[in-house]
Order: sequence, then structure tokens, then C-alpha cells
Amino acid sequence: MPPTPAVAVTDLVVDRGKRPVLKGVSTAIAAGTVTGLLGPSGSGKTTFIRAVVGTQKVKGGTVTVLGEPAGAKPLRGRVAYVTQDASIYRDLSVKANVAYFAALYGRGRREAMRAVESVGMGDHADKLAGNLSGGQKTRTSLACALVIEPEVLVLDEPTVGLDPVIREELWDRFRALAEGGATLLVSSHVMDEADRCDRLLLLREGRFIADDTPADLRAATGTANLEAAFLHLIRELEAN
Amino acid sequence: MSLRITFITAGRILRQLLNDHRTVGLILAVPALIIALISAIMDEAPQVFDKTGLILLAAFPFMLMFMITSITLLRERTGGTLERLMTTPTAKLDLVVGYALAFGAAAAAQTAVAATVAFAFLGLDTAGPAWAVFLICIVTSMLGMALGLFVSAFATTEFQAIQFMPVFVVPQLFLCGLIWPADQMAGWLQGVSDALPLTYAVKALTEVQLHPDVTADMWADLAVVLGAAVVATVLGAATLRRRTN
Repeated sequence: MPPTPAVAVTDLVVDRGKRPVLKGVSTAIAAGTVTGLLGPSGSGKTTFIRAVVGTQKVKGGTVTVLGEPAGAKPLRGRVAYVTQDASIYRDLSVKANVAYFAALYGRGRREAMRAVESVGMGDHADKLAGNLSGGQKTRTSLACALVIEPEVLVLDEPTVGLDPVIREELWDRFRALAEGGATLLVSSHVMDEADRCDRLLLLREGRFIADDTPADLRAATGTANLEAAFLHLIRELEAN
Repeated sequence: MSLRITFITAGRILRQLLNDHRTVGLILAVPALIIALISAIMDEAPQVFDKTGLILLAAFPFMLMFMITSITLLRERTGGTLERLMTTPTAKLDLVVGYALAFGAAAAAQTAVAATVAFAFLGLDTAGPAWAVFLICIVTSMLGMALGLFVSAFATTEFQAIQFMPVFVVPQLFLCGLIWPADQMAGWLQGVSDALPLTYAVKALTEVQLHPDVTADMWADLAVVLGAAVVATVLGAATLRRRTN
């Protein structure tokens, strides 16, 4: 019997307004892995992520995280969520933002400062978040999640607009967290990041059209890179 | 609910406020300046100023709390921080009480400055004790906060939040007895006035103004204001949703 997945999604259906966004998706995410959630904008990535962290109203299906229904009270200290737009307080300094989220989880200023350093924001720690550039805001928002050392870390497009060096460092960081036992779900629309994931979920028009490892995806489609593999899958679907 | 998280939340909100020096300056200085202006306008009628100035002492923190609560909570809702907080161990009540503590402190500071100026320099006079005035002002400010919390659910932009002022705040100011005594209004309007919570804050202040001792009527009026604040807070907290569309 395979080990219990960290995140299990079964027949998830979500409507936003009258429009169906997720049309019955299922997957299982193994603990200690990095899973990439890929798809064009508007495909339902953020909705899927919000269902996993339990802030999305769902119409049908189940989402189980660490054995509990998504969003359940015991999960609130174990799951961290980094939204697409940096969810930080513009009128607080970088340090104060991270220290606030750290304190909610009973962690101190020293741990907060370490998280600030770890995203390369040490030199800007005293700046007001409102005065930062877009990438710096994203990194501050990320530090607010990293400081709590979550078991499940859910990130919605965390690397948009980041310097390639920082992006590289962040992916190394994600890898290290997974090796330490954490489970990561990272959405992206950049295909070159897909190769850094253990497993890929490709979302298109509310359905998963692929749920596989990068190597198997390439092999199954007979293509050399993932961009080509996804194109191949989409053409195949449209032909049918 | 956790007392620790409530205090952490209040501390964060206060720090946000203190980082905004201009707002702090406006909060502390504006009511005192306007009360001074009113006192100069009513130069020939100090007994009228005793009434109006006293009501203004409560009206300012009421308006202030309504404005800053509706706008900062709207920012939490639209800026994504509320959604983020809902995935943390923060309970809704931690957030709401955190706001009440932080902005209550701001209202207390504002009232302290305005009351000191009014009593010490502008000759405002009441028969009852100043602490009772202070207490009524703080409870009234809680009512403003609760209403602001509630309306922030119905606004999607800061522009809309400000438009709720004429709906929720201005009628209460007009009908509470600030510009005209309630018992000299049209009969049906007196009924409306009696249904608005701010009216009871004014009644409580009038008790302090007329009687050297704190009266049972004052406590009863204050209880109505407090009760309305609690009801509005509960309604407002109900609009904070963990799951949204």
C-alpha cells in the first residue's frame, strides 16, 4: 500500500458565479515532494490552490490535507499559503511583516530575521513594504510563510518577476524544504520551472490533462522538452 | 479565540497606524481644533457650547473609528491579507477584538487631547465627573468601529467605503441632538432618533452635564450604546468569511 498522500483531491468541482472553473479534478500529492501546477492564466490554478488551503467555496468533491479536510482548524499551524499578489501590510516594514506572521505561530524575532535573510531581503529589512519593488514584495510575502516552517507550503506563482539568481535560489530552497519532509505545491506558467518539480499537474480549462513526472511526460509524448510535451498533449486532446 | 493572538494582532494594527505619522497627527489635532473653532463661534453663548462641545467630544471618535475601521478592514479584505490570516491560527474574534483594542487606544488618545483642550482651555463645563465623559466617548467610539467593520463588507473600494459615511453616520449625527434637540423634532422623527444608538450616547452625556453624581439613567443609556456596538460587531464578524468564492 502506498503511503498516505499529503494532499488528496477527489472529484473537485468549483463554480465561480455561474462559470464552472474546476470540472471534477482528482490527484494525490505525495509528502516530501515538489509538485508543479502548470497551466495558462485563467485555467483555474489559483482556484485549485485556494481549495487546497481551504479558502475556496467548493461545489463538490473532497480535498484532504494531512488527513484533515482542507482548511480545518488543526491545519492552520501546519499549512502555509503564499498568494499570487504579495499579501503583506504596506504600512509595516519588511521585518515587522515577517515578525507579525512569525508571532502568530509563536515564533520570535530572531527566526523572523532569519527568514528575511533567507529570501535576500536582509538589506531592506527596515523598509516599508509599500516602498518595495514587486519582486521584493513577493519575497517578503514568501518570508512570512517560510518563517513558520510549514509541513505543507502552497505557493501561487511565487517567482513571477524575480531576478533569475533569486529564482534559482528559491527553487534550491524549495528543494531543500522538500528534502526536509515538507510538501510543496507551486503554481507557475513558466515551463522552464517545470523540470525542477518531482511531479507536474497540467491544468487546462478546468481539467488536469497531465499528472506525471517530467521524465515520464517527455517519454510518453516523445518530445525533448516539457513545452513541446504539453503542446503535444493539447493537440492530441483537440484532435479527439 | 486566543488572548495572545488578539494582542499580537492589536500590536500589528497599532504599529501600522503609528507608521503613518500624518494620520496620527490628524487624529490627535483635528478634533481639538474644531472644538476650539466651535467654541469661538459660540463665543457669546457659553451655555450652548457646554452642550455642543460635549457632544462633539463623543462624535469625533465615533466618526474617526467608523472611517479608519471601514477603510483598514476593506484593505485587509481586498489586499489578500484577510485571506492569508484566515489560513493562520487567527480566529475571527482575535481579529475583531484586536481592531477594537488598537483603534480603541487611538480613540482614547484622541479623546484625551480633545477633552483636555475643551475642559482646560475652552471652559467646557459639566456638573458630572470628567471620567464619565471619557468613558462615554470610548464606548461611543466602539460603536463607530463596529459599524465600520460591518459596512466594510458591503464596499469593494475605499471610495465606496467613504460613501457609506452619509448613510450610517450623518443621519445619526443630525438626529442625536447635536444640531437640534430631539424633543423639538417632528414626532415621527423623534421615533427615528430613538431608534439610533448615537442618540443614547448624547443622552448619557446630557446626564453627566446636568447631574453632579453619576446617574442610573446614564448607565442605562450607556448600556444601550454598548449593546448596539456588540450587535454590530457580531454582525460584522459574521461578514468575515474563511471561505469565499
